[in-house]
This record gives sequence, C-alpha cells and structure tokens, in this order.
Amino acid sequence: MDKRLLIGKHFWLGDVACAEGAIAAGCNFFAGYPITPASEIAERMAKRLPEVGGVFVQMEDELASISAVIGASWAGAKAMTATSGPGFSLMQEGIGYAYMTETPCVIVNVMRVGPSTGQATKGAQGDVMQARWGTHGDHMGVTLCPNSAQEMFDYTIKAFNIAEMLRIPVILLSDGVIGHIMEPVTVPDRVEIVERKKPSQGDTMFFGLEDVAPMPEFGEGFNVLVTGSTHDERGIRHTTDPEVHRRMINAIVRKVLKRRDEVTFVEKYRFGEGVDVAFISYGCTSRAVYEAVRILEGKGVDVSFLRLITMWPFPDELTRELGECAKVIIVPEMNLGQVSNEVKKYVCPSKVYGLHRIGGGEIPRPGEIAKFALEVLKSG
Amino acid sequence: MAEHPLHKYLRMEVMPHVFCPGCGAGIVANCFLRAVYELGYEDLSKFAFCSGIGCAAWIPSPFFKADSLHIMHGRSIPAAMGIKLMKPELKVVVFGGDGDIAGIGGNHLLHAARRNLEILVIMVNNMVYGMTGGQVAPTTPFGAYTTTTPYGNIEYPIKAAEVVATAGASYVARWTVYHTRQLINSIKKALNTEGFSFIEVVSTCFTSYGRRMGFKSPAEMIVWLKENSIPISEYKKNPEKYAGKIPVGEIECTPREGYVKRVWKMIHELSAKSS
Repeated sequence: MDKRLLIGKHFWLGDVACAEGAIAAGCNFFAGYPITPASEIAERMAKRLPEVGGVFVQMEDELASISAVIGASWAGAKAMTATSGPGFSLMQEGIGYAYMTETPCVIVNVMRVGPSTGQATKGAQGDVMQARWGTHGDHMGVTLCPNSAQEMFDYTIKAFNIAEMLRIPVILLSDGVIGHIMEPVTVPDRVEIVERKKPSQGDTMFFGLEDVAPMPEFGEGFNVLVTGSTHDERGIRHTTDPEVHRRMINAIVRKVLKRRDEVTFVEKYRFGEGVDVAFISYGCTSRAVYEAVRILEGKGVDVSFLRLITMWPFPDELTRELGECAKVIIVPEMNLGQVSNEVKKYVCPSKVYGLHRIGGGEIPRPGEIAKFALEVLKSG
Repeated sequence: MAEHPLHKYLRMEVMPHVFCPGCGAGIVANCFLRAVYELGYEDLSKFAFCSGIGCAAWIPSPFFKADSLHIMHGRSIPAAMGIKLMKPELKVVVFGGDGDIAGIGGNHLLHAARRNLEILVIMVNNMVYGMTGGQVAPTTPFGAYTTTTPYGNIEYPIKAAEVVATAGASYVARWTVYHTRQLINSIKKALNTEGFSFIEVVSTCFTSYGRRMGFKSPAEMIVWLKENSIPISEYKKNPEKYAGKIPVGEIECTPREGYVKRVWKMIHELSAKSS
C-alpha cells in the first residue's frame, strides 16, 4: 500500500489534513519552527515524513525554515514550511527570494490575531494583504484560502501542483479556526500530481523565459547559478542594468497571469443572477455566510455568494461581474477591511459594505451577518 | 600559453572578478581551489556552494563553475542544510564574510555546529562590513575606527572559531590570508572530516578598513597579519601576554557522526520497518 495516500475516510484536524495533503502531493521535505496554531502540521510531518522517505527538520527559527526549504527545493525536493503571523513576517524575505529565483515551495500560514504576538490561540484573517505584499518589490504569486479540513487536504495538494507548474512559492492562507477544526476528510484513491519541468542536457537558460523555465537540480551537472540579485536568463547577476531587471520581473509576473484561469478557484452561489445582496467571503468566515444566506432567503431576500478560494491573484473579473448583478456587496471578514477594500477597486465603492470583526477569534455570527445585510438594504 | 591548472574550476566568461585591489577574497578562492585540485577533483560537480550577502559571498557566485545558491543575507547555512539533507552525496561548502556568518547569521552558525551538520563553512573575516562601506562588525577590534564607530569601537569582537568549537563542530581552524599553505592543507582536511567544519580566515579589506586604520598598502596589511598572528598552542600558554594577537592553527579536530547521516539512518530504519 502507498503510505503516502491514506485512502479512505478520516476524522482529522485541519492542520493534520494539511500535512496529509502535502504528503499526498509528494512533499518530501519540511522545515519549520513551532508556532500556535500551526504546530500540529509540523508534528504530523515529523511523524509521517520519515515513514514515507521524506525529511523533517525543526529549525532554529523561521528564517532558517524558509531558507532550508529553498535549499531543499534546489536539491530537487517538494518542500514546505508552515507557520503563523509572527513566523510569516520573518519569512517574508525568503518568500521574495523564492519569487526572484523561481523556487517552487509551499508556505502555510495558519492566521492568528495580530499584529505582533497578538492573541496566539485565536484565529483571524489579518494577513491577507501580507500574503500579497509582505515581501518587498514587484512580484506575483498564488494564495489559496481553504475553509474546511477537507479543503486543507485538497488545496495543499493544489498548492504543490501550482508551485511546481509555475515555479513560485504558493501560500496556503488558512486560519486558526480551520487549522484547529476537526472534521471528516475523504482521501481519494488517487490524486493528480504535477512535476516541475526539467531541463535537457546542454540547456543553459533557467530563469525568466517566455514560458516557465526548466529547473535543474543541484548535482545534475548544469552548474546552475541561483541568486536573489537581478539576474539574466543564465543566472548571471546584473545589479545595475534597468533593462535586465524589467525583463526578468515582467517574466516572473507574466508567467502567473498567463495561467490565471488555471489557478483561480471559487465557489459560486446564484452567481450572475440579479440579486439584492451579494456576499464575498473566504476562509472560516465564509462558513457563517452559508447560514446567513439561508436566513436571508427565509426572509425573501435574493442573495448570491462568491467564496474566494484563490485570494491572489484576486478574482477581479468575477468580482466585477458580481457587482453588476447585485444592489449591494457585503464582505464579512476577520480584519478591518483588507478584502472589502480590494473589492472596491472592481465594484462601485458605494455598493460595498465591509462587515469587520477582529479579536478573540470571533467569527461574525450568521444572524449578525443577516441583520447587517437587512440594515444595509434598508439604508441603501 | 598553457592554461592555468585552476581555470577549469572557474567560469572564465564572467571574469574579470569584482574584488577591490588588495582584497583577501582572491587568496581565499585560490587556496580553496588549490585544495580541491590537490585532492584530485577534475571539476566541481561533486560540490554545491552556498553563500549569503557580502563580498566573500561572491567568491563562489558567479566565479566557481558549479551549482551555487546565493541566498539572503545570513541564511547561507540553513540553505546549505536543505541542500545537504536532500543530496548527502554532495560536498556542500558555504563562503561568507564575518557579518554574514557571525553577525546576521550567527544563530544558524551555532545550530549547525550543535547539530554537527556535514558542511564546510569558510568565514572570510575582514573585520568590517566591507560591501556597505566599512561599518563596524561583530569582529571589529576594540577601539577601531569605522564609519559607524567614529569615536572608536566600544564593543569586543567575537572569537568565532572558539565559539563554533564549543558549540560542537568536528573541525575548526583559524588562519589568515598570509598563511596560504596552511590554509590549503586545512581546507583539504576539513573537506574530509566527518561533521561540521569551520575555517575562519582573517582577511584584508584595504578599501573599507585598512586605509582608515592607517595602513599604507594592502601588502602592509598582510605583513601585519603575519606579525600579529601566533600559533594557537603558543597563545594558550599565556593568553594575557598575547592579548590582541590572532591565534592561528587547528582549534578542534574530532571527527564525529554528523546530523544528515543520523537523519537518513532514521529514515532508512523506518522505511525498512514499514515495507
């Protein structure tokens, strides 16, 4: 039996499902540092990875964790780390390095209340913008937001596949509620796995090509130069040439946008119908929205719902479409408006209402969301 | 003209190199490649190089014809660990300056030594942050004038080699760029010693340090290194008498089983059990 795939039904913690998804996807290297509420991912990996021939290491800090992941990826590994806000902050420079050097890897952030130490044991959604712009400089990546233990499994697999396909760091942006939820998870008898494109003998260009460049592995004889400094297609540094920089950054952004449709995942409910209220939500908060929709429909309100599973690149066209069909858009989220402000870029801002809740890991309740929607409709 | 025997290890297409006149980095690169040559390696295909930010980090990247990872400031050692864990058959060598290895990356240095990670770290200690223009480093001598110690350095320098030896490394040595033969032999020995190896090479940065300290030429700095270094055995007899001198020689040579070997032993045992 393939020990990588624990086929069947399980009752798993979200964090455990994430670890199992990684193993199912072929992850064979994990480096991490303990942090609430992500530690259970490392604990599961520590037990499981050696059983399937993979390497688990607990590093001295998150700076070391992301660096070891990058080193392992260049040595051919499917590599991952998992952390929460404070550790995610420490990893930002390394994440930027992974964008710049086109290093595939997966970074899981199980969000907790911040900034700083905040409330370590309480879930939150305050790192949405950090997942997009946490590292300095221009770049483009993919961020996925699961909302159940099953999705922690499914989208960790997708995160690895996207990382390998696009040669980028992929961020799985979970939250303390979903990381610590216990739910049934079904592991199918086979999963689709994507492998990175390898170079042919004699190839010398491994960066910034028109399509995703092939990635050699250390020890294969390609004499590959990997640097976070601006470099050309062969990896040679050009620390002052504006043309080389423009060419390379455009390439690492373009390769993601070209495949935008393949990495955009959403859940739609009555999408495109003329409605009174449309919701946009994600992660744990979206689960309260399901119930709010039912309450509102019971009161005769027409409602549609767009759940963002892919957060970045932001599903802007879908948002615009939703905005055209709804009188108002409500964005419930556990921060002070990170996604509702993004939505305002694509929908007439006066139509967009954020329902914000921070602190204590409290998710806006379905009744509150429904009440908020009715008030907005009345005043609008 | 016959080709220089070390050219085969170099990416000649990226020459000339970028180091300032009088920089010790070239001597360190030369000694490393001579050690490789004397050990009989035809090329660098059995090696992987890792370096962070700073002048010394540019020794392997881009000049060595090999796989090299030029990573974030201070993070070369954990990145090397990732490579070594996945490719234990490669000789993984880290080059870095004192700021990169003992300053911003100091924590990783300690933990790599504690784990006895099977890599070689060559720390080129020029006693200053050279690339950024000559700021004080954790290795700058007490009293030295730098751009950020305009009234003299009031901190004491770290004795990096001794710290690493205490932390558990298999092999530790300190030389200066004057001691080229000893350095070559030391690199050869380190490459064949099981466990974590660390070589500190006290070097010259004439541009950002030497000329501000009153040296008239890079050569004068090398003469100073020669006259101010002392065999470690001699130093140990009377540390007070030799305060301010540079103790050179082997500080530790105790080959022991390394971390990566233990990791893979565990993995092989577990997979044998489960299959």
